[in-house]
Amino acid sequence: MSLFFIVALPFLGALLPGLMNSAGRAATAGVTFTVSLAAFVGLLTNLPAVLAGNVVMARVDWMPLLGLNFSLMLDGLGFFFALLILGIGLLIITYARHYLSRDDNMGQFFTYLLLFQGAMVGIVMSDNILLLLVFWELTSLSSFLLIGYWKHLPEGRQGARMALTVTGMGGLAMIGGMLMLGQIVGSYDLSVILQNRELIQADPLYVPALVLILLGAFTKSAQFPFHFWLPHAMAAPTPVSAYLHSATMVKAGIFLMARMWPVLSGTPEWFVIVTTAGLITMVLGAVIALFKHDLKALLAFSTVSHLGLITMLLGTGTAFGAMAAVFHILNHATFKAALFMSAGIIDHEAHTRDIRRLGGLRKLMPLTFVIASLAALSMAGIPLLNGFLSKEMMLEEAYHTVLFGSPLLVPVLATVGSLFSAAYCFRLIGHVFFGPVRDDYPAKPHDPNTGLWLPPALLVVLVVAIGVAPFLAEPFVKLVTASVLGDAAAVPTAYFKIWHGLVPALYMSLIAIAGGLLMLALFKPALFVWDKAPRPEAKVIFEAIVEAVAKLARAVIHASHNGAFSRYAAIALVVMVAVGYHAWSTGTVGPDTRTVQYAPPVFIAAWLMLATATAGLVILHRNRLLSLILIGIVGLMVSIGFVFFSAPDLAMTQFTVEVVTIILLLLALNFLPNTTPVESTVLRRVRDTGVAVLGGLATFGLSFHYLLRDAVDTPISEFHLANSYKGGGGTNVVNVILVDFRGFDTYGEIIVLGIAALLIYAMTETLLDGPVRARLLNRKPDQARSGNKHPMMMVVLTRVIMPVVLMVGFYIFLRGHNEPGGGFIAGLIVSIAVVMQYMASGFGWASARLRYPYHGVIGAGVLIAGLTGIGSWFFGKPFLTSDFTYVRIPPFEKFELATAALFDLGVFLAVVGAVMLSLESFSRLARLAGYHDSDEPMDIDPLRDDTKAAGLAAAEKKGV
Amino acid sequence: MEFLVASAIGILTAGGIYLTLRLRTFPVILGVSLLTYAVNVFLFASGRLTVGAPPILRDGVSTYTDPLPQALVLTAIVISFGMTAVVVMIGLGAFLGSDDDHVDDQPQTDEDRSEDAS
Repeated sequence: MSLFFIVALPFLGALLPGLMNSAGRAATAGVTFTVSLAAFVGLLTNLPAVLAGNVVMARVDWMPLLGLNFSLMLDGLGFFFALLILGIGLLIITYARHYLSRDDNMGQFFTYLLLFQGAMVGIVMSDNILLLLVFWELTSLSSFLLIGYWKHLPEGRQGARMALTVTGMGGLAMIGGMLMLGQIVGSYDLSVILQNRELIQADPLYVPALVLILLGAFTKSAQFPFHFWLPHAMAAPTPVSAYLHSATMVKAGIFLMARMWPVLSGTPEWFVIVTTAGLITMVLGAVIALFKHDLKALLAFSTVSHLGLITMLLGTGTAFGAMAAVFHILNHATFKAALFMSAGIIDHEAHTRDIRRLGGLRKLMPLTFVIASLAALSMAGIPLLNGFLSKEMMLEEAYHTVLFGSPLLVPVLATVGSLFSAAYCFRLIGHVFFGPVRDDYPAKPHDPNTGLWLPPALLVVLVVAIGVAPFLAEPFVKLVTASVLGDAAAVPTAYFKIWHGLVPALYMSLIAIAGGLLMLALFKPALFVWDKAPRPEAKVIFEAIVEAVAKLARAVIHASHNGAFSRYAAIALVVMVAVGYHAWSTGTVGPDTRTVQYAPPVFIAAWLMLATATAGLVILHRNRLLSLILIGIVGLMVSIGFVFFSAPDLAMTQFTVEVVTIILLLLALNFLPNTTPVESTVLRRVRDTGVAVLGGLATFGLSFHYLLRDAVDTPISEFHLANSYKGGGGTNVVNVILVDFRGFDTYGEIIVLGIAALLIYAMTETLLDGPVRARLLNRKPDQARSGNKHPMMMVVLTRVIMPVVLMVGFYIFLRGHNEPGGGFIAGLIVSIAVVMQYMASGFGWASARLRYPYHGVIGAGVLIAGLTGIGSWFFGKPFLTSDFTYVRIPPFEKFELATAALFDLGVFLAVVGAVMLSLESFSRLARLAGYHDSDEPMDIDPLRDDTKAAGLAAAEKKGV
Repeated sequence: MEFLVASAIGILTAGGIYLTLRLRTFPVILGVSLLTYAVNVFLFASGRLTVGAPPILRDGVSTYTDPLPQALVLTAIVISFGMTAVVVMIGLGAFLGSDDDHVDDQPQTDEDRSEDAS
């Protein structure tokens, strides 16, 4: 099966459990199992190729320019890990089916689990380190979801947060390291990177890259000093602990170190950092584990300890160390997952995991006893079980390792670690299964059903099989070791044997086992000393650090981000001007190439009006109504400017937009205060004036500069002018650009406009539903209301003018392609015609006669424009390719039919809908605020019965 | 003429900036509108100033104004209406919800705190 399928299957399959949720628990688990099984079988189909020593590759270019490609590879190491992930995954799915209670949402659980599985398979099969990073972060996220699966438990939430923080930070560091590595080699492909050992180790960036990558690996694999998150992650359901936090995810860091081993290892830096961290973690984890009373906590710290062991083996940088590490990864995954599942069984049946409350389970749960004891003895390093073999190899390697110039340091510490490791294993067996049967268990323990004991039992079969017949595992382990080592070293020839003769490792092993038994005998006094001894609590320290960082962030944010908008605006403006000035003063300024054109008096007059209106607006802005008039003048002058400078389309657009904007602002002013009070200090106004003058001078300087010079390069406008008629079939080049050359832009713009209108509508809805509603209903108008709000003259006038305006709009729309006009302008004109009806006869009257809701009009516009664009697909052309033809229907003259007109229709409808929806939303607010609207077109109507009108007027008076 | 257009852009910008830095929503909205004019004219002027040569193709005419900035500014004008409407709505909603049309988050004064306490 293609590697793509193996990686994609869990991700695609993750959709299924959620869907199957209602079909029952068995079906949900069944579908998850099937998906995993399919991926597992797919993996096995690649076994022959891997056994033959080939590297299976699959590659699709994703973002080749960034060096990010979806390229996968499968070699021995990747196969080994994928086998662990998918194989143990199958066992875990079976186990979880029986472990989760009826109250748990099983679909959600299995969806998370499959997401995790896919991400994990992705990590071990990635050939591109950027792709690997993506999967790496995905495992952090899915692990977060799984740890916090029991959302109601605070420990679950805290543990999930802590795990995400620690592994997420590590992931960030690793991104940095990986990017450096890619920079050094010039490629982000692992297969290329792994060939460049000398180049990488000689580079000055080697040490920073190494430290950053190791940070990622250490956080993920819970190495000291980042070991503390793993025990807290045990708040997860036990299947998750068994899967993620013993067999797979925590091994991702180990995987990465093994993957990078050929290029990163072998230097003093690698040796010191990795070996030291591994040693400390191994001893520390083992010591803490011994004194934990919670079964899962004990196993968690023992996992930490064993991860340290593997890390240390990788750190030594010898081929034998790497082989021992690979072998121990395999062994640890088998016995530790079995132990976690056993702990889950005990928890499930006895309703407690506290070792102090257990004991004597040997007789009550014989099956569980056998499974857990075999696994624990393997962990302790007892011969004939697989843990013994790899531990022996570890001790052998430790015996030959010289750290910090001392030949004794590593062997002694390794023995101490093994000693405590043996001690907690013996304690687990002794205190949980031996001893007298008690009568105070929270629930009566008994052996579970097959679904729960079979998965760990299968693993224990492996434990024993490898332990008795190590030659079974040897070829496979050596194959994996070969792919770890790459070209950097040859696979050691040493055979896997139970009996090596009287070698130092055997004595160290004996010391550890004897010491472990002694430790168990002395457990009570040792525990007393442990409880008395002061020791730092990792969670408290972690939370203190998080709190301190949050405090620092708050201090920085509050100092720089105090909620004063005007301050941000001032700072941003000054910075922009400064940056612009810098560019100006460092760039080259060419000589003037254009001459100043003569300004006719009429233009000077317009300029004067614009300048005066702007100045007046600034000075008189506290009178809000007046300022609206002044800004109207400014807008009018800008429109006239467009006319003057040969831009008729712009002038028409500006002019019509001006009308609707002023109406909109008037509607808003209905509610807002009519004046702006004097609040700012004189100093502040002086400061603002300074900033304003600075900004004004800057834009003036820039504009004047380029108005006197030609463009540095030929503008593309020539192309538009040349092709407008030939290619677009229109003589109004501006319109052809809008609906044809840059039709896709326009399409985006009408969508944005529609979204803006919908946003306004949504905000109005929210306001009308919330506490504002009551406020509006109780609002007293601050000014006297007109007695005749809908005057007859205005009503009559708008009714008469309506068809005329619509006709003008239609005309403007049709001529748009060849003469000034088009969908935008026509839309605005038609909107104004409709708004006039609202103004004349009120909201109630007008909306009662509204046939099409404006949302629909917006949608229809966008849809028509989009369908026009899609239409070109049917002719094998790209989106929005336009076409036109000339037809002649007697008695009319020859005229043009263009698809662009259809697109323009979409623009037209979207503009009408958006403008109307915005204005309508505002008037809905006004309607609520006590402006009684009659359903009649006008207040005083000679045709109507006067008594009714009088009654209406009386009601109005009462209301006010 | 170039001087006048450039200075108009400068004046509009200066006025817009000053009003944008005010403390109440309404003048800020007016300021943003002025800035919009300034930006639109600025973009339009990037096609350089041409009098009496509209971008409508005619037989026998060889000089045209630059149509591209015009097309870009046309949509910018319409979009800026949408933006103004949204900003006005936000300002209005904030005012109706809190009876306060300040732009800045008012820092709590000692007076407020004592009021809260009592």
